[in-house]
Amino acid sequence: MSEQSGKVAVFACSGIGKPLGSVAREIGYELTERVRPGSTVLTCLALLVISDPEALKLLKENPVIAIDGCVLACALKCIDSHGAKVVRAYQAMDFFKRHSDLKPEGIAELNEAGRQLAALAADELAGVVDELLAGETKNG
Amino acid sequence: MADHTRKVGIISCSGEAIPGGALSRVACRKVLDELRPDKSVTLCFPLFVAGGEEEQMFADMFPTITVDGCEKRCTAIGTARLSGTPAKTLIVTEILKERGIPLTSKLRNLGPEEKAAAQAVAEEIASVIDKILANG
Repeated sequence: MSEQSGKVAVFACSGIGKPLGSVAREIGYELTERVRPGSTVLTCLALLVISDPEALKLLKENPVIAIDGCVLACALKCIDSHGAKVVRAYQAMDFFKRHSDLKPEGIAELNEAGRQLAALAADELAGVVDELLAGETKNG
Repeated sequence: MADHTRKVGIISCSGEAIPGGALSRVACRKVLDELRPDKSVTLCFPLFVAGGEEEQMFADMFPTITVDGCEKRCTAIGTARLSGTPAKTLIVTEILKERGIPLTSKLRNLGPEEKAAAQAVAEEIASVIDKILANG
């Protein structure tokens, strides 16, 4: 069995133009490294652009969480254009609207508020991971 | 239309799941913000897929440098396929190898070692920008 089967695939914004793109990536790291390390896998979004076979397999066989930085929703559009199985899509901006006291700044290096925002968002997404995996088991 | 003639485009792989991607991202921002702010411009790589005609003309409008984090060369391949042939393709792992700098495993919260590696990559990008602009 593949090491990646039975996991939720996480694709995050790979932009370098806005702090919210960095927040999106940080949410991906928090989710896959701290909140649900055993049941999620983070993969490079750019691999979809070159139709990498392993990334496409992951996308088509696993439930997916897309985390975008801005309304352009590049991650979601990339995922949709490559035929994902099940996708839940989120934008860093929406988490910021709910936690507007945590204003992210910095792109190469997020400020503390940005990192806190990402941690809170990842905590909120834990339930989504659990729900997606429960659906996988049910449909099994 | 804006005067793009004296700027070079930089496209970072930004690979979220590989250490070279993190270095590529930081190095490209360093070039854009500090080393060559008036001579460089960027576009988020996935915008080639998500964006419109203007985004897909990026490599036609600017001589473009792609900066990949690993040997899969997603940025170089994707840019050529969706926009135009890059003027120069760079790979972080090759730049570090040439300079005898080790690639660490960190994806975020980069420390002094990773920042020094990113600085080396940024200097290489800046050097390529200068060569491209010097050659007209």
